[in-house]
Amino acid sequence: MSLRSLFLLAALACSALAIAQPPKARPLPGDSVYQLALPLTTQDARTVDWRSLRGKVRLVSMFYTSCQYICPLIVESGKAVERQLTPAQQARLGVLLISMDPARDGPAALSAVATKRKLDAARWTLASPRKDDVRKVAGVLGIRYRLLADGEFNHTSALILLDAEGRIIARTETIGSKPDPEFVAAVREVTSR
Amino acid sequence: MRSLAAILLVALPIAGLAGDRPARYAGLPGGTFQSALRYEDAKGGVKVEPFAMMRKPVTNVEFLAFLKRHPQWQRDKVPKVFAEPRYLSHWASPTGLGKNAQPGQPVVWVSWFAASAYCESLGARLPRWNEWEYAAAADETRTDARKDPAWRERILTWYSRPSNEGLPRAGLQAANAYGVHDLHGLVWEWTDDHASMLVDADNRKQGDPETARFCGAGALSMDDRENYAVLMRVAMLSSLQASDATANMGFRCARSAP
Repeated sequence: MSLRSLFLLAALACSALAIAQPPKARPLPGDSVYQLALPLTTQDARTVDWRSLRGKVRLVSMFYTSCQYICPLIVESGKAVERQLTPAQQARLGVLLISMDPARDGPAALSAVATKRKLDAARWTLASPRKDDVRKVAGVLGIRYRLLADGEFNHTSALILLDAEGRIIARTETIGSKPDPEFVAAVREVTSR
Repeated sequence: MRSLAAILLVALPIAGLAGDRPARYAGLPGGTFQSALRYEDAKGGVKVEPFAMMRKPVTNVEFLAFLKRHPQWQRDKVPKVFAEPRYLSHWASPTGLGKNAQPGQPVVWVSWFAASAYCESLGARLPRWNEWEYAAAADETRTDARKDPAWRERILTWYSRPSNEGLPRAGLQAANAYGVHDLHGLVWEWTDDHASMLVDADNRKQGDPETARFCGAGALSMDDRENYAVLMRVAMLSSLQASDATANMGFRCARSAP
């Protein structure tokens, strides 16, 4: 075997390896929120670690289902961002709403919101962490909240854009049906790659 | 002699596993407590359940022992999302203290995540703000000294001291009425719920009706505007992200009563 063909073979083997390598085998970046182990129970009663969400761009926020005022606006904000995207861009974006009230937000409460708000289950995930993990997920997302005596929460309402590796690439605190144009531009950009 | 060695061999690993003697904590009875913060949802006072709190802030040497058991929290291994680049930057090396970090000084330059992980490794947690404020209301003889102008003055003197001098060792100040040291006069301390401090620094944004920063009853405000000690703590805690570390921010752990 000539040196050249050996070289070629080696090059071939390398590129094959590169293709065979699943994206998960790459080390997770240190600034990825998926560094946090976070088991979530979803609206369809599955328990998955949110690290399985790696590989797709995500729009993430925190909410709770019994919230009367701002939280429905958070859902509306997610929908408003989606409306600004092409179908191809929409297909590359997953939406994840994480409850800060796991005691009350079991799968039944979460799926009731998904049904009522007509959320496409292929793109939208509503989920609750374990009680002891709420502060941690809020910590990596930079969301602040306080449980009030009457069971309501005070909280910052933010939409956070994660790239496929779980790095925060944009955030907005503009909530409602008129999305923040800068934020929408960031979503469009990352879902067009 | 040989039997003594045998006893030590048996006892030491157990002591090492426990890592944590009961005397490290002081028990606090709890009760209804009037916070210096104005909670619209708890005007009659906040309820503090009985709990235990470490008598002293966690020191460098104690934190080092934790890092040896949990190397993923060493400064060269910890993911950036849990601790900013300045995390433990005053230590000589990832597992060496050096001259800027004396063993008995409180550990500082620690993030909320690292502090929480330390407490969890002991089966404990960070104190909640209400617990911290309740414990810190005491002076050496009274469980609530907050109305005493002399006491307030003493705390303010500490805040006005320059912070570039080396930190004293933990536990040098007299214990308060609960047996807890150094709640004032040494370091700032993380609380479990530091991110519940929704002090609205964004009043300047209020002209924009589209910006609904807080869901629910809105931002906290101070009930006791003379209580600068608490006001400054709250301002500090409310301004930090959970991965932040500062030159004066340390912590201690707490436990709920069983």
